[in-house]
Amino acid sequence: MSNLTNSLYNLRQMDDLADQDTLIHRIHPLVKLLLTLFYLIVVVSFDRYEIIRLIPLCFYPLIVFSLAELPLAPLAKKILIVQPFIIGAGVLNPLFDSQTVVFAGLTFSRGWLTFISIFIKSSLTVAATLLLIATTGMHRLAAALRLLRIPRLFVLQLLLTYRYISVLGEEANRLFRAYSLRAPRQKGVHHRAWGSLAGQLLLRTLDRAQRVYQAMALRGFTGEYFSGAPPRLRLADLLYLILWAAFFLLVRFVDIPSLLGSLLIGASA
Amino acid sequence: MSHHKVEIQDVHYRYPDGYPAVNGLSLHIRHGESVGIIGANGAGKSTLLLLLMGLIFPSQGKIVIGDIPLSKKTLPLIRQRMSMVFQDPDDQLFMTTVFDDVAFGPRNLKLEEAEVTARVTQALARVGIPHLRDRAPYKLSGGEKRTAAIASVLSMDPDILVLDEPTASLDPQSRRRIMDLLKGFQHTKIITSHDLDMVLALCERAVVVKDGKIAADAPSLELLTQAELLESCGLELPLSLQGCPRCGLSSSAE
Ligand SMILES: Nc1ncnc2c1ncn2[C@@H]1O[C@H](COP(=O)(O)OP(=O)(O)OP(=O)(O)O)[C@@H](O)[C@H]1O
Ligand SMILES: [Mg+2]
Repeated sequence: MSNLTNSLYNLRQMDDLADQDTLIHRIHPLVKLLLTLFYLIVVVSFDRYEIIRLIPLCFYPLIVFSLAELPLAPLAKKILIVQPFIIGAGVLNPLFDSQTVVFAGLTFSRGWLTFISIFIKSSLTVAATLLLIATTGMHRLAAALRLLRIPRLFVLQLLLTYRYISVLGEEANRLFRAYSLRAPRQKGVHHRAWGSLAGQLLLRTLDRAQRVYQAMALRGFTGEYFSGAPPRLRLADLLYLILWAAFFLLVRFVDIPSLLGSLLIGASA
Repeated sequence: MSHHKVEIQDVHYRYPDGYPAVNGLSLHIRHGESVGIIGANGAGKSTLLLLLMGLIFPSQGKIVIGDIPLSKKTLPLIRQRMSMVFQDPDDQLFMTTVFDDVAFGPRNLKLEEAEVTARVTQALARVGIPHLRDRAPYKLSGGEKRTAAIASVLSMDPDILVLDEPTASLDPQSRRRIMDLLKGFQHTKIITSHDLDMVLALCERAVVVKDGKIAADAPSLELLTQAELLESCGLELPLSLQGCPRCGLSSSAE
């Protein structure tokens, strides 16, 4: 069960990453949140046969990633974790949509195009979301949501879910460690033990979650967390917002790749 | 002075599954007193603390802190005066850095950020871990976690400090450090523990809980030397009084 420990560690790592101090980390959380939402909308808004036009959008995660000085491995791993689901969801497309198109001189079924575009879109959206968390942190993100007047209850729900996922992970970890120590020759958990193990896990997690909540309540937590004064919006934040938003709009409404292509062809002709 | 007194009057509590964990318990704690609550496993010590903090409510009886009767309405007031350190520091530390964790309480009190920083710095200095301020709590050692948990409560500036087994699972030196730390506090202290030597060192008064009731209540030195009484409540003499009962007793009987 060491991979469980690892994934737990990874989860917490996201928050650790958020506590660095780089150009991107210093950007106002609200700006990053809005930009990420806008980015997601732009990515998703492209037609499912358009692949080439998605390519300029790769710049956003790449540039944010390198400016934020984040380590590659944990982020890449998390992006890869979701891919099997996407592949599962998109793999039938080539069969259903077998009309052919000519693309870059090659003939494809349109199903393949949609499959690839789903793949790219999901990678971009997951990457952008992970980067948001890794450069902002859950608590500042929650504060930003509150600035957007999202109801307190929803924000609280989000925060507690986030906190309890690691609680759940820790309990699972202990339980499986105890199990595997007493069943040394087994790989994984015997099917007869699954029921009681899962039940135990649920009860223990509820117990622990309750104690965590009690500890929070004793220190005056009433459903809203005040992570200090919200940082002030600086000129740099606005510039960052405007520049990226302008770039997204440009990519959305101007076909940059073919424009570049025709420019190149025009120059060579 | 009576403004930080704690009064528990004939309190009963049944867990939702019907188990009667506290049965008619009465206790009066004066201002500035430090009281050790001892008793066998399952005697009802932790339940008593939960009742005291208003995390669960008695089915019968009354609890008064200072002059304020404990009820859902008065909880915010009472929790500003009284803070509790949990048995498992992992339950208490949930922010990403020690600083944020210690700042959690003051921020919930809606203090100015400058005041919050001042309080956190002071609390960390008081428990001697200013160097840990930017570390992630889950990466600390057991003793460091416990110390951070105490700091996270001190930053609320409570009048009454409640601790559930503060020295459990600590190595001897960490235990000693926590004890020295607690000894330095002027607060009213309510401490549950199985560490009778700690109770002897820190608390002038000891209360034995048995089956959800008070079985004995006396000055620690007096109570913790009564081998028979302790044994009947599932306890033993403190180690410091065991090896050499005669000289231990004779030096403390006066
Ligand atoms: N959530 C619960 N539901 C039902 N019964 C409980 C619950 N928590 C505790 N009890 C029962 O209440 C009794 C008192 O428990 P409590 O935790 O107060 O004991 P304790 O004196 O703190 O023991 P320990 O020294 O082991 O910490 C125990 O017999 C326990 O079985
Ligand atoms: Mg207990």
